Amino acid sequence: MSLAMATANTDLDLWLEQQTGKSLLRFLTCGSVDDGKSTLIGRLLYDSQLVLDDQLASLKNESRNRTVGDEGIDFSLLVDGLQAEREQGITIDVAYQFFSTDKRKFIVADTPGHEQYTRNMATGASNADLALVLVDARKGVLTQTRRHSFILSLVGVKHVVLVINKIDLVGYDRQVFERIEAEYRAFAAELGFETLAAVPVSALRGDNILVNSERTPWFSGAPLMPYLEAIEVSEDRAARAFRFPVQWVNRPNLDFRGLSGTVASGAIAVGDEVLVAASRKPAVISRIVTMDGDRERVTAGQAVTLVLDREIDVSRGDVLAHPGSTPEFSNQFQARLVWMSDEPAYQGRSYLLKIGAQVVPATITDIKFRTNVNTLEHAAATKLGLNEVGTVTIATDRAIAFDPYGANPLTGGFILIDRLSNATLGAGTIEFGLRRAQNLTYQSFDVSRQVRATLKGQEPRIVWFTGLSGSGKSSIANLLEKRLTAEGRHAYILDGDNVRHGLNKDLGFTEAARVENIRRVAEVAKLMADAGLIVLVSFISPFEKERRLVREIAGDIAFSEIYVDTPIEVCEARDPKGLYKRARTGEIKNFTGIDSPFEAPTTPELVLHGATAEPVALAEQLYDWLRI
Amino acid sequence: MDRNRLTHLQTLEAESIDILREVAASFERPVMMYSIGKDSSVLLHLARKAFFPSRIPFPLLHVDTTWKFKEMIAFRDRTAQEYGFDLITHTNAEGARDGVNPFTHGSSRYTDIMKTAALRQALNAGRYDAAIGGARRDEEKSRAKERVFSHRNASHAWDPKNQRPELWRVFNTRLNPGESMRVFPISNWTELDVWTYIYAENIPIVPLYFARKRPVVERSGTLIMVDDARLPLNPGEVPRQELVRFRTLGCYPLTGAIRSTAADLPSIIMEMQASRTSEREGRLIDSDSVGSMEKKKQEGYF
Repeated sequence: MSLAMATANTDLDLWLEQQTGKSLLRFLTCGSVDDGKSTLIGRLLYDSQLVLDDQLASLKNESRNRTVGDEGIDFSLLVDGLQAEREQGITIDVAYQFFSTDKRKFIVADTPGHEQYTRNMATGASNADLALVLVDARKGVLTQTRRHSFILSLVGVKHVVLVINKIDLVGYDRQVFERIEAEYRAFAAELGFETLAAVPVSALRGDNILVNSERTPWFSGAPLMPYLEAIEVSEDRAARAFRFPVQWVNRPNLDFRGLSGTVASGAIAVGDEVLVAASRKPAVISRIVTMDGDRERVTAGQAVTLVLDREIDVSRGDVLAHPGSTPEFSNQFQARLVWMSDEPAYQGRSYLLKIGAQVVPATITDIKFRTNVNTLEHAAATKLGLNEVGTVTIATDRAIAFDPYGANPLTGGFILIDRLSNATLGAGTIEFGLRRAQNLTYQSFDVSRQVRATLKGQEPRIVWFTGLSGSGKSSIANLLEKRLTAEGRHAYILDGDNVRHGLNKDLGFTEAARVENIRRVAEVAKLMADAGLIVLVSFISPFEKERRLVREIAGDIAFSEIYVDTPIEVCEARDPKGLYKRARTGEIKNFTGIDSPFEAPTTPELVLHGATAEPVALAEQLYDWLRI
Repeated sequence: MDRNRLTHLQTLEAESIDILREVAASFERPVMMYSIGKDSSVLLHLARKAFFPSRIPFPLLHVDTTWKFKEMIAFRDRTAQEYGFDLITHTNAEGARDGVNPFTHGSSRYTDIMKTAALRQALNAGRYDAAIGGARRDEEKSRAKERVFSHRNASHAWDPKNQRPELWRVFNTRLNPGESMRVFPISNWTELDVWTYIYAENIPIVPLYFARKRPVVERSGTLIMVDDARLPLNPGEVPRQELVRFRTLGCYPLTGAIRSTAADLPSIIMEMQASRTSEREGRLIDSDSVGSMEKKKQEGYF
């Protein structure tokens, strides 16, 4: 080794040591649009001398015709990366920036201020330790300031700095600063932040960024950067209960079976006894495997492969814990939910829920209330719209292991996914489990469905007719019921119109009401089938999502979706109830096929072409197909 | 130091491993993009760690434009042999047949055909539902905006204005038929993190990163290495031997070298600490126009 290299090595080792000693702070900037978030981050990067020469040159070039500070640079250009963002001068999505000072490394998420992009703000907040909430000194606390602060508390950000920006534009007025700070503190009192500091700042001019500004002699707190360098945010995840969500079963050959995953919290050592949360099967840790050699003990945050001393049934989605401090295991819980989709959240609709490595079908069983982000007051709600936050109860198809979010964010935060588009619709944090799994078994009586069916000499089933109004569903169902009855079978027709006169007369025609309408009908059909009947349901049921929900409710009961496919022109010409005419004149709104869509079934069990044959022939065709 | 607290690099490493395992567990046909550069070397190292003692449970894909540095190809084949992973290489056969090159077709059309289109061909041919890449958020402004699990429609396009929310580490990995996911496990690493990790873990990288005397020509301020006889020389242009190295690697006619004496990792890291220009400046394709990377990504470029 040459002498020069040896020197470089020694310097480097010293330097590396200094680097690895640094802690990492992940923070985000949020607040309303035009409060200067991007400018503030640009200023932090610039003042930390992290803007490189080539970037600086291209920035000066792009800063013409923009509002600039003494340096002649529009700092927001450093972070607004998308073409649309630069054109409109707004931030659409989270941008991550990286910088470090002598004391600390930082990853900062610059999040959008526009209300329509709140979901992107939540994305940035979910992995942050601290938030800078920006307020324009001229405007004070706005709705979006409150909304963002509420979402911060929802995703568990514990440390907040209220950055009162553009203080230069109010003449560095102490009273303005104090008034805004007092208003914000009053609002945030209920949000559970552990630390909250306020700083008067001009991002454009650099006041109170690195050092205390001479223009705010009345401000005695720490300037922004020194505050960020010093604040202690790390909570000791290793001190919490041990949780290990199994991510991937590692099986290179018959002699090795490991469980790969990341320790979510706590610590685990060779020789520890663990339980599988779902099955409560015990085992002992025999090895902790990594490519760098086996470990004796590992803690929260480490990605490892655990080997158990015995063969027990464990797979992806299972959670390992120490006996005596296992997670909750239930199929119902209460959660706070922030909705991120244009299509609202409805009670009764079915989604996919992902928590850790577990994915299960789930239903919002109750929207308890919506929270007003301005006042934090609760209001009754039947749905949650885009960017709204509510408290809900959720039922999953099978029990899952979880912790309350406050106790463990990694095992208490979940997302809801659309079953058709696969879009991420919402994110939630679990407050508490509603019932213990052991109490959840359904009442099981000695007289079973099988016994009742045998008595009637038939196999119970649900035959679900879907199709436009006037397509012939009811006529066919009627003929089928007659035929079955004539043969001594026990059948019953549930008709959309008839049900609305009684059971569902409290429901209107809003989307939320339609979902509830169809859910009740499906549940009644299930009860009837359970009683041994052949249930014929004649329902327009225009949406794929609801039909899927119905099929899930039916569970293990034989279920057939019959699509009566009759062109709308034919239906409209028939118009047996005169409804099409009234829909055309606008007298009836949201009429399927006219001003509300009919989603043709993609995988029906049978299609009957209503325009090609008489109902009698179609009922015959169906009867043959059913082979009852 | 507190024995329970992870260092910055340990935190990043564990996060990346978690992401790689999530891909292996959630997708039917994942593939890892292998560009042979330093980020790919780190990614490969992380994948070996993630699945140890199993083999990496997905193939590595190299899109060969036929204009890569010779040393890169040699390194690629050596590495594949040493670690025993499945290596798939793909070249746009039509482009190669038509002799598409960066000189007569221009860097932008050449990149479209031999990189972007070639990548789409390879992904379609393999019916891969997830492609893992080594992009980092600190590289470029549109990358800074991208999710870790980044959704692509059936024509491999990115919709930057409508990205899926991505909360905590709960990744939505679900796709409709024809759609795919690009996954970036080292999103949160910086260039400095990559180098310090390579040093700390002793990860092999292509020797082109180290300064050596190499034959170069200077064009509009950029040093281009004369890697083979296919580089057309301008009248009067004579390759000079200069002590140079590369900060990023790609197709040799499009990759600028820097004058440097840094011949080992410590010197590279020290040099980088003192450097005042950003990494992608050496890549000619990014400076075509503002937002050019975003445009390429919308068309399916990595």
